[in-house]
Amino acid sequence: MKILVCISNVPDTTTKITFTDNNTQFNNNGVQFILNPYDEIALARAIELTDGDNGSVTVINIGEASTEPTIRKALAIGATDAVRVNAKAHDAWYVASQVAAYVKANPYDLILTGRESIDYNGSKVASMLGELLDLPSVSIIKKLDIDGDNITIEREIEGGKEVLTIPLPIVAGAAEGVAEPKIPNMRGIMSARTKPLTVIEPVGVKTLSEIISYETPAPRGQVKLIAADDPAKLVDLLHDEARVI
Amino acid sequence: MPVLVYTENAEGKFKKSTFEAVSYARAIADQNNTNLVAISIGDVSNDQLTALGKYGAEKVLNVSNAKLKNFINQAYASVIADAAKKEGADIVVLSNSFSGRGLAPRVGVKLQAGVADGAVALPEQTGGKFTVKKTAFSGKAFAIVELTSANKVISLTPNSYKVVEKGGAATVEDYATEGNASDFKAIIKEIVRSTDKVSLPDADIVVSAGRGLKGPENWGMIEELAGLLGAALACSKPVSDAGWRPHSEHVGQTGIAVSPNLYIAIGISGAIQHLAGVSSSKVIVVINKDPEAPFFKVADFGIVGDAFEVVPKLIAAVKEYKASA
Ligand SMILES: Cc1cc2nc3c(=O)[nH]c(=O)nc-3n(C[C@H](O)[C@H](O)[C@H](O)COP(=O)(O)OP(=O)(O)OC[C@H]3O[C@@H](n4cnc5c(N)ncnc54)[C@H](O)[C@@H]3O)c2cc1C
Ligand SMILES: Nc1ncnc2c1ncn2[C@@H]1O[C@H](COP(=O)(O)O)[C@@H](O)[C@H]1O
Repeated sequence: MKILVCISNVPDTTTKITFTDNNTQFNNNGVQFILNPYDEIALARAIELTDGDNGSVTVINIGEASTEPTIRKALAIGATDAVRVNAKAHDAWYVASQVAAYVKANPYDLILTGRESIDYNGSKVASMLGELLDLPSVSIIKKLDIDGDNITIEREIEGGKEVLTIPLPIVAGAAEGVAEPKIPNMRGIMSARTKPLTVIEPVGVKTLSEIISYETPAPRGQVKLIAADDPAKLVDLLHDEARVI
Repeated sequence: MPVLVYTENAEGKFKKSTFEAVSYARAIADQNNTNLVAISIGDVSNDQLTALGKYGAEKVLNVSNAKLKNFINQAYASVIADAAKKEGADIVVLSNSFSGRGLAPRVGVKLQAGVADGAVALPEQTGGKFTVKKTAFSGKAFAIVELTSANKVISLTPNSYKVVEKGGAATVEDYATEGNASDFKAIIKEIVRSTDKVSLPDADIVVSAGRGLKGPENWGMIEELAGLLGAALACSKPVSDAGWRPHSEHVGQTGIAVSPNLYIAIGISGAIQHLAGVSSSKVIVVINKDPEAPFFKVADFGIVGDAFEVVPKLIAAVKEYKASA
């Protein structure tokens, strides 16, 4: 079984988000970048699924050379090899188009992404990739099992879940529950340095969207404290002032 | 060119988020002096379809083909994109629900449209630019996205646009389509819905509790409070990791993102990863015994106190309020 895992390089979860140039650029000064947590889950499941079947797990990233530490981390966790498409990830459509071009030349049995990147939170790449490759896609999955040529997936729906069976290949976006992220061991870290990391040039893509600026949420006013022995006051405020009950 | 809105249903019933999407799409149609066409796929009663007029749809395309009764994103995307072409619609609006998230990007690719996912406000259309505000960085910021393509797809974050009832009935047209045969590779084996509970992502009010509750045996009062308020239940990550509560209640960066009108957090510290999933709630109430808990910094109302004393009193106060209302 050959699996492709799409990985993105994102600001650490605890990063304070700020912008420069009149709120048009993300300020990456001093920001620690990490492997997107959902992609770690996808990678962990891919490694489990190929364990002992002579399979392979390729990771692919669309990014500039600065993303290589994150790619090496994925190799240290256990990916077989890596591909970097040498371009700034413009948006989900750009990323999906690059991955699709690569997959058309190099087919896989299963393509995994994370449910979303924690920076742009699009949840778009998996579905766009499915559409570009004319494959089924499921964007947010909670469970994934392979059964011969079919894959069984559990996906979340409002107030419940849905179980699907789909013939391979498909594209799926991993969420919590699919696997526990793996921590690289010493041997992994050593071997990551010598595992193949191929750099390829991007294909031309027509842009469809552009981020023109950012806003930070308006700060909430000072918290209004209510005495612990008077929750009735809270109920009044929620009714009369906030008008939410 | 009309605006097309996809009206998602759950087991044949439209949801609040669907009415939000129709109201939002109506406002976009008004910006452009054009009509609003809705498309419904599945088994929805004629009364409900006609009632979409209340929210501003002039016409409803009704796809009631048995093959398309259950949601398969690949097939639904084909149907919606074909309908957009047939109607000449250049803007397609959907709800950013779980299903909508798997659908909007596919419709976007089919229409060569830029996709604004998780919109939180009406688009601005000035100087030939079409821009949409969406959440980014796990709720820590918003991005203003310009859609530069001729066709545009927008998925609306639930609870971010008010339902507007303008009155009127829509005309319902049967829209016969099979979808492409190759779109039906996925087979739905099972759909499980816990119908007795308010669905978390759709809820107006969410009552959430954390590790401060000490153990699963103490959730009785949380459930009672939620029941009284008609609220959905939620919890912090360690609570679901420990198995005190099901994973489906876990909110935050790695769980469900919610944006209810009212979020009540009880015994939750307010770690940044938790806030990432709840900070766009309209009103936040925090009950915590530690006055230094970070959650108070983003709260509108707070009670510093022991949950085991405060919550029973709050329950009594809500009962009294209900009795007098
Ligand atoms: C990559 C990553 C992703 C994460 N994703 C999430 C996520 O999606 N969601 C999430 O919730 N967390 C997430 N976390 C974990 C997060 O960092 C916190 O550890 C977690 O939110 C803490 O949960 P808590 O507030 O319930 O527990 P604690 O931090 O233990 O806080 C308990 C609180 O209860 C209060 N308390 C104690 N007793 C009482 C009492 N009797 N009455 C009133 N108050 C009381 C305490 O003062 C304290 O503030 C993530 C962490 C990482 C690293
Ligand atoms: N630059 C990138 N390179 C490779 N994969 C990416 C990139 N950006 C996003 N992805 C993948 O797409 C998923 C969803 O991203 P998004 O649609 O941006 O929320 C991520 O979890 C990754 O698996």
